[in-house]
Amino acid sequence: MHNFEFVKPSSVADAVSALAGEGAQALGGGQTLLPTMKQRLAAPEKLVSLSGLAEMTGVSSAGGVMTIGGATTHASVAADAGAYPGLAGLAAHIGDPAVRNRGTIGGSLANNDPSACYPAAALGSGATIVTNTREIAADDFFQGLFSTALDEGEIITAVKFPIPQASNYQKFVQPASRFALVGVFVARYADGVRVAVTGASEEGVHRWSAAEAALSANFSAAALDGLSVAADGMIADLHGTAAYRAHLVKVMTGRAVAAAS
Amino acid sequence: MPDGGIGASSKRREDLRFLTGRGKYTDDINLQGQAHAHFVRSDVAHGRINSIDTSAASSMPGVIRIFTATDFEGVGGIPCGWQVTDRFGEVMQEPKHPILAEGKVRHVGDPICVVVADTLEQARDAADALVINITPLEAVLDMKAALAEGATKVHDDLNSNLCYDWGFVEENREAVAEAINNAHHVTTLELRNNRLVANPMEPRVAVGDYDFSTDEHTLYTTSQNPHVIRLLMGAFVLGIPEHKLRVVAPDVGGGFGAKIYHYAEEAFCTFAAKTIGRPVKWTSTRSEAFISDAHGRDHVTKIELALDENGKFLALRTDTHANMGAYLSTFAPSIPTWLHGTLMAGNYTTPLIYVNVKAVFTNTVPVDAYRGAGRPEATFQLERVVDKAAREMGIDPVELRRRNFITEFPYATPVAVEYDTGDYHATMDKLLQISDHAGFEGRAALSKANGKLRGFGIAHYIEACGIAPSNLVGQLGARAGLYESATVRVNATGSISVMTGSHSHGQGHETSFAQVVADMIGVDENQIDIVHGDTSKTPMGMGTYGSRSIAVGGSAMVRATEKIINKAKKIAAHLMEAAEGDIELKDGQFSVAGTDKSVAWGDVTLAAYVPHNYPLEDIEPGLEETAFYDPANFTYPSGAYGCEVEVDPATGKVTVVAFSAADDFGNIINPMIVEGQVHGGLAQGIGQAMIENCAYDDQGQLLSGSYMDYAMPRADDLPMFTVDHSSITPCTHNPLGVKGCGEAGAIGSPPALVNAVVDALQRAGHNVTHIDMPLSPDRVWAAMNS
Ligand SMILES: Cc1cc2nc3c(=O)[nH]c(=O)nc-3n(C[C@H](O)[C@H](O)[C@H](O)COP(=O)(O)OP(=O)(O)OC[C@H]3O[C@@H](n4cnc5c(N)ncnc54)[C@H](O)[C@@H]3O)c2cc1C
Repeated sequence: MHNFEFVKPSSVADAVSALAGEGAQALGGGQTLLPTMKQRLAAPEKLVSLSGLAEMTGVSSAGGVMTIGGATTHASVAADAGAYPGLAGLAAHIGDPAVRNRGTIGGSLANNDPSACYPAAALGSGATIVTNTREIAADDFFQGLFSTALDEGEIITAVKFPIPQASNYQKFVQPASRFALVGVFVARYADGVRVAVTGASEEGVHRWSAAEAALSANFSAAALDGLSVAADGMIADLHGTAAYRAHLVKVMTGRAVAAAS
Repeated sequence: MPDGGIGASSKRREDLRFLTGRGKYTDDINLQGQAHAHFVRSDVAHGRINSIDTSAASSMPGVIRIFTATDFEGVGGIPCGWQVTDRFGEVMQEPKHPILAEGKVRHVGDPICVVVADTLEQARDAADALVINITPLEAVLDMKAALAEGATKVHDDLNSNLCYDWGFVEENREAVAEAINNAHHVTTLELRNNRLVANPMEPRVAVGDYDFSTDEHTLYTTSQNPHVIRLLMGAFVLGIPEHKLRVVAPDVGGGFGAKIYHYAEEAFCTFAAKTIGRPVKWTSTRSEAFISDAHGRDHVTKIELALDENGKFLALRTDTHANMGAYLSTFAPSIPTWLHGTLMAGNYTTPLIYVNVKAVFTNTVPVDAYRGAGRPEATFQLERVVDKAAREMGIDPVELRRRNFITEFPYATPVAVEYDTGDYHATMDKLLQISDHAGFEGRAALSKANGKLRGFGIAHYIEACGIAPSNLVGQLGARAGLYESATVRVNATGSISVMTGSHSHGQGHETSFAQVVADMIGVDENQIDIVHGDTSKTPMGMGTYGSRSIAVGGSAMVRATEKIINKAKKIAAHLMEAAEGDIELKDGQFSVAGTDKSVAWGDVTLAAYVPHNYPLEDIEPGLEETAFYDPANFTYPSGAYGCEVEVDPATGKVTVVAFSAADDFGNIINPMIVEGQVHGGLAQGIGQAMIENCAYDDQGQLLSGSYMDYAMPRADDLPMFTVDHSSITPCTHNPLGVKGCGEAGAIGSPPALVNAVVDALQRAGHNVTHIDMPLSPDRVWAAMNS
């Protein structure tokens, strides 16, 4: 790890100004960033820690929307997001206890790892990503592997999740990392069903619109029977072929529908 | 007799320091003025080094010196400890293994140069400023392609990439071919034994020190055998005589084989400490461990089993390509030959066996012994082909094994070893009982009702432990003896220090060894300390691997303790004015047979060191004895393993729902420790069969070079194990009657698991006869859907 300066601001405004300088980078739980720095793959000159900011932590629900501060840990979401069980369940199965006690929702979404769990929940819920400058719809936020709509120095301060009638996340783990080899988030709203898939595609998290249409008409696993997922564009690696991932997308979607509550 | 002794599940005394963070590992050793070494390693699999420009890096802050291959001119290469002779009577091709790459890099991770600086960060910063120009060459990866005419050579100065072409027993070659050609039935199986990374919890560390006043070198290192390192490094690499070289391997956090070998980093730190006049330390990162610790397994095999109409095995032929990697690691040549071919009889009476092994150089990390070493590879192919034969011939897999079991001992196999004892029907019976084999159909029906496919897989293994009779292994090409040593030092007040040549890196020797000596003398085991891991403290010992510690190291300790008891009896006889032949030792008391005269252990030990009233004319004062024990034969643990799996047909995911192990380890010193060893072995074997996979891409880049892609077994990947070791046929040729238990779990479990998955799939109507390990969900799914 290279040397760096460490800043712990006491407000979002201070954090934003600290991030304005050259070479500054936001630090959430550090569960992605610190290992990268240890491997010398990243060498920010200044880390601006967001984890102590009260205005960015906590879970609250009002008017059918759950708002989660951008610096809220996975463990807090697992414990406090009971009003949205699909989301709490997802958070409870990210990494291990150490990761969940440090890692944050803002860090996970900003990182947009193609195998991460939260992007599926955000996209599958049609969430709104709130930053220090604007609000971004999840449909516009994720822009391919490790890439998002965030500008340089822009901070995710909160995420707003419309609470669905029923939801579930099915994660088929990659045996080594235990990230999602394929993960599918299904959420049923009054105006339709959303299905978001992570881990599978070379384009990163995405919606499966054919399944959304079928499930909006008939919310049961059987509704998927006639559908198939193309292997084109699916990730192929040591842990699974493209065809296998395509197959898993359908299996996991069916299981998520069956388990949705 | 105080509590404890042989047969007691004494708690592991070493766990107090391990579990409270007070273990003293090599990385905990920090010497005054120590400098830090950072190894710069090749990021290509094969390449020609055109130039190394150290000028900018040399002037970076804190840099003391940058070492390249030219610093090691006149220094030997890393030696190989075993020379195999091939089918044609020629010795193997043995390339030089330089400390730092000379002219060429031959695998990702091959060290090119080393920056030594005041701090590790400074060394790493300077490494970034090195300019190394390498022309990449074609990477040699596939073993069969590597042997093709005109293939790119890993070592330009060798004739080819073939290390050796070994045939065993060569005289049987024709007879085996004939038996196979004429047999009623021949079952053939092609398989791969997947390459593994050992991944001990503690990565490797080396700290070199040099004392100018005494001209003494000290190396602190993470080793399973410090004397072997002293011998190899002192005599063959650096030319330092033993009396000027001390090697210390303090607490070591797991080895699994990967810490047997002499590595370049050890020689480097020892050499550099003298060169720069400061201690030099290197601590491997986990990423470095993946590309510099010796890997395990990596065999590609075709096996054929010939049977008569009753299922009697007539002949067995196996043809293996064994990956050596880019260089020969310390024991690499012996693993696919003498530790593999000699086990191909398994538990069966097969009269004719021929084993052919081609060892091949490739542009990958060197491969050497890993828990089981050769025996898992032998057991896997044999127990898979036996299972396949049973299915092909419509004979129950248990029954087919029983029809071919060896039942008379000693039994001389056609592959040059003689099993002293065993009772395979007994272990099989025990397995069927503890696994509730009879209840399987009921459980399978329940699984089916839940949409899952259930299968039961059996394997029966034999292994050869307690390596080994020195005269025998000498004939087979070992360049070392394989005895073990012990010094028992009784102190004046009766406490005892046992200096053993065995090394404990998690096995619990400090507890079980003390139990043996306590039992023999009849004193409390807490009066006994086990000292190991320092060449300046213990007699020349060969260390710990091959499940040899209790069988060979324990036997040396018994012999030394017997000498102690003999001498103590002489002293006791003198003290009680009795004849030596009348003295009995029981529960730490010496008595004269048939009288009520007795003296305590402490009286005798005190007399030995305060010899006021002492038979000085007959014996010397003091009570300290050394013994070297060279075994008469290997030991042959065996056992029956049963694995029950559920397969999710929608995803191919395999869940191990039950695993039972019925082992015969001979006599047991500490049942709790034995059970723990089996648990660990099973975890590693199930890891290999289910999830562990060291894979390279076609450029020779490691695809599974971190825990993000290399899956280690975790507790929730494993079921609760049912372990039994009550079937005991004691070893006939060592004084404890022990056989060893350290590797069995890793040897017997992979075939049981694969057999179980094949069973589950065939029961569900899938025509699947084999899936290569690891049985990852995508492979199982692909097999079901092909
Ligand atoms: C062992 C292990 C297992 C894991 N398993 C899983 C898993 O199963 N599923 C899963 O989804 N993830 C998993 N993760 C990743 C984990 O969830 C990380 O916590 C997460 O990806 C990053 O969050 P963080 O708060 O740690 O971010 P950091 O590592 O601190 O930062 C990551 C990136 O986000 C930026 N950033 C951080 N906070 C903000 C913010 N509020 N606004 C804008 N940018 C920000 C940083 O600048 C950096 O670029 C695992 C991680 C580890 C180490």
